[in-house]
Amino acid sequence: MQQTQIIMGMPITITIIGARARSLLNSSFAYFRRVDDRYSTYKSDSEISQINKGLPKSKWSNEMKRTLELCEETKALTKGYFDIEHNGKLDPSGLVKGWAINNVATMLLGQNAHDFYVEAGGDIQVHGKNGGDPWTVGIRNPFNTQEIIKKLIVSTEGIATSGTYIRGQHIYNPHDPEADLTTVESLTVIAKNIYEADRFATAAFAMGIRGIEFIKETPGLEGYMITSNGMATYTDGFERYVANA
Amino acid sequence: MRKYVIGSAITLVFLAYSMILRNQHSGLVIAPASPSKSSSVSGGSSSQSSKTSSSTTSTSSTSSSSTSTALYKDGTYTGNVENAFYGNVQVSATISGGKITSVNFLQAPNDNPNSVYINQQADPYLKQEAIQSQNAHVSGVTGATFTSQAFIQSLSSALSQAKA
Repeated sequence: MQQTQIIMGMPITITIIGARARSLLNSSFAYFRRVDDRYSTYKSDSEISQINKGLPKSKWSNEMKRTLELCEETKALTKGYFDIEHNGKLDPSGLVKGWAINNVATMLLGQNAHDFYVEAGGDIQVHGKNGGDPWTVGIRNPFNTQEIIKKLIVSTEGIATSGTYIRGQHIYNPHDPEADLTTVESLTVIAKNIYEADRFATAAFAMGIRGIEFIKETPGLEGYMITSNGMATYTDGFERYVANA
Repeated sequence: MRKYVIGSAITLVFLAYSMILRNQHSGLVIAPASPSKSSSVSGGSSSQSSKTSSSTTSTSSTSSSSTSTALYKDGTYTGNVENAFYGNVQVSATISGGKITSVNFLQAPNDNPNSVYINQQADPYLKQEAIQSQNAHVSGVTGATFTSQAFIQSLSSALSQAKA
């Protein structure tokens, strides 16, 4: 059973195979709404907004403290590229999406669901199978959002993509006009779960063209980076997920 | 009825918006066409057909009017700022001759300030290929967080001001 709802300003799609799918869908979406209520920087009454208005730390929820610790840990793991503090305000949204998807997946496993697909805004966690078939995930073509440019076969993985919303201008180097100056259009990361995939995709994307090297050097991650020249650079191990065309 | 018409208009503009992404035009001409179901508005990040888009050639189908009644008053209307989770989206819609003639982004998230040289020295553990579109059926699609819903909301608030 599949359902899509708009929460956190993005479509969230969940597919659950098997009995009790309906009630599991309901509790999954309810969880995403609770996350949005607590972490949305656009809701003035959310806890994160209250914190940014000066709520003393003694009044923060334990969950918020833990989430912000995860943000700190991620910052340390990514050479400071993952940073939730901007102009003195905290915005953990770069971590919360993957974290929330992962929490839903953990909750579903705890409820004895084994075959499911959870996606929020293009970030995906799959588990088990889609009926008799494996789950398959397409990588969106950043130059034509109606197309996919890769088909991946996954079973229990998280897949996240960081990219630009509207493409930036190409930068011209006056000192070397012939230089192949390239920007990253999108970076897809596969990891054992979506929490890892999302936070490292976010950080590695911010590293620019070197991001794929960071993915390569971090154990447990595979990546596929698309640059503005229409080329993809990818890690060795990425290939095992690619379906033959 | 009015809701339906606005919904249809939003759907069409959203389709056109995907062309904006591709063509990087700041505005474009949108011709009204026969109404389509407004339920197709969600688009965005959820599973999409991987079929090659047929919209490439229709980008500049200038105002070949197929409707005679003006839905909107002429002018430029600014939509609300909408939360797209990673940033705000705000659009303005320009109505001319009762039709939407352009949609411009006043605010849009853009998190790609980085631009560096590509490393000419091939790394032994990284491989390269030219990307190629595929026609494959998939369970879902991974892509950059799409802010379609914020776009639709902002545009919808702009259009509600323009109602004739």
